[in-house]
Amino acid sequence: MATVRIPTPLRKLTKNQEEVAAAGHTIAEVIADLEKNYPGIKERICDDSGAVRRFVNIFVSDEDIRFLKNLDTPVKDSDEISIVPAIAGG
Amino acid sequence: MSSYVRGLKCRECSREYPKAPLHVCEFCFGPLEVAYDYEGAGRTLTRDAVSRRPPSMWRFRELLPLDGEPTVGERVGGTPLVRAHRLEKQLHLRELWIKNDAVSFPTLSFKDRVVSVALSKAREFGMSTVACASTGNLANAVAANAAAAGLHAFVFIPHDLEQSKVLGTTVFGARVVGIRGTYDDVNRLCSEIAGKYGWGFVNVNLRPYYAEGSKSFAFELAEQLGWRLPQHVVVPMASGSLLTKIGKAFRELGALGLVDPAPVKLHGAQAAGCAPIVEAVNKGADLIKPVRRPETIAKSLAIGNPADGYYAIRAIRESGGHAAAVSDDEIVAAMRLLAQTEGIFAETAGGVTLAAALRLLEEEKLPRTESIVVSVTGNGLKTTDPLASRLDPPTLIGPSLKEFDALASKEA
Repeated sequence: MATVRIPTPLRKLTKNQEEVAAAGHTIAEVIADLEKNYPGIKERICDDSGAVRRFVNIFVSDEDIRFLKNLDTPVKDSDEISIVPAIAGG
Repeated sequence: MSSYVRGLKCRECSREYPKAPLHVCEFCFGPLEVAYDYEGAGRTLTRDAVSRRPPSMWRFRELLPLDGEPTVGERVGGTPLVRAHRLEKQLHLRELWIKNDAVSFPTLSFKDRVVSVALSKAREFGMSTVACASTGNLANAVAANAAAAGLHAFVFIPHDLEQSKVLGTTVFGARVVGIRGTYDDVNRLCSEIAGKYGWGFVNVNLRPYYAEGSKSFAFELAEQLGWRLPQHVVVPMASGSLLTKIGKAFRELGALGLVDPAPVKLHGAQAAGCAPIVEAVNKGADLIKPVRRPETIAKSLAIGNPADGYYAIRAIRESGGHAAAVSDDEIVAAMRLLAQTEGIFAETAGGVTLAAALRLLEEEKLPRTESIVVSVTGNGLKTTDPLASRLDPPTLIGPSLKEFDALASKEA
């Protein structure tokens, strides 16, 4: 299973765990698996249409999924996935 | 003086939060913004009161998000607004002004403004370590202002910054960490560090307060114009925050009756090698396509994934403004033009801004008969590297009058 790093605003849903394991071959599947174990987390990451929210960045082993295949980006068990608030810097 | 900060509010979903080191909405990840009691602020913030206060950004203290008096950067702000007569003549303009933060105290860029707010706020929150992700100017400002305030500073920068910006940080005793990656990589790392270490990251968990400091650039500008708003402001864009805050500041001044509310067109400037906001504006798009590998001599603007890009696009569009992206050669040419007509040595980002103004004039998107302000936000002495190969070296002669006479006769 891949490792997912959880940002502070979502840790209430993961019982304050900074990192959790999640199964799936794509980011979409990983998010679905997170939702199974931590109900409510999906609507925080994705908007009503199912797309990743405008102010959420997701990285698979340090690469922004917008530069890969977005929700269809493939995930390996050894991957580290980061969910990071987009609003920072400048 | 009392505080007029009511709390924080999500720009997207309007959820409210108490004053705390928080920057994103827990629910939708939207940016949090400071909410003010404008009625209260307007009671003491009058033209007359402002004119009797010391010449710093804190003249506009009611609209800056502190609870107490500033304890860091009390003397920041009050930079000159210069009427650019020679440039006006050369470009056939009626009214051109340069707001010159190249001489900001103490670190020669507008980042002193945002940092003095952020570090004063960090103190109010009882924090003793402050930090930032920076393309250079912010690093300088955090390091210097933290040193003067006795705060510990951690500064995170991309590994390939200008030497003068690195030295201008380490000299203040800040712990500087270079990251092998782009600014956006630095930023992502800092978001994760901020969540873990609980420091005051000026542009992460203190960002709502920090960003408000930019408004002082526009407050001063309006006062210096004789309590009048210009018709156009050209603004450099990295995250896009400065441009949106300039728009907000003008609206606040109008709402509080300090100026006659008038439409100001906001124009955005970026370097062609990293122009995600300009591209979106010019394509009519709402979404930013991030730039993966920014390549420009204007490193202070090299943010490929701008946090406020979405809001900057909206601010430009709603104001009726435009955007332009300029090449490295245009940047250097504009730096030289500003230096040679007005005696102002702006950093590469200032070259971007003036070059973008020249482009918009050419494209007739900026009318020559209206009042225009060009924002210079940093000092050229910090970004000399790209000039070295483009300027003539000095002529070398011996200490001999004969040699000089020979040279003089050649030039006559």
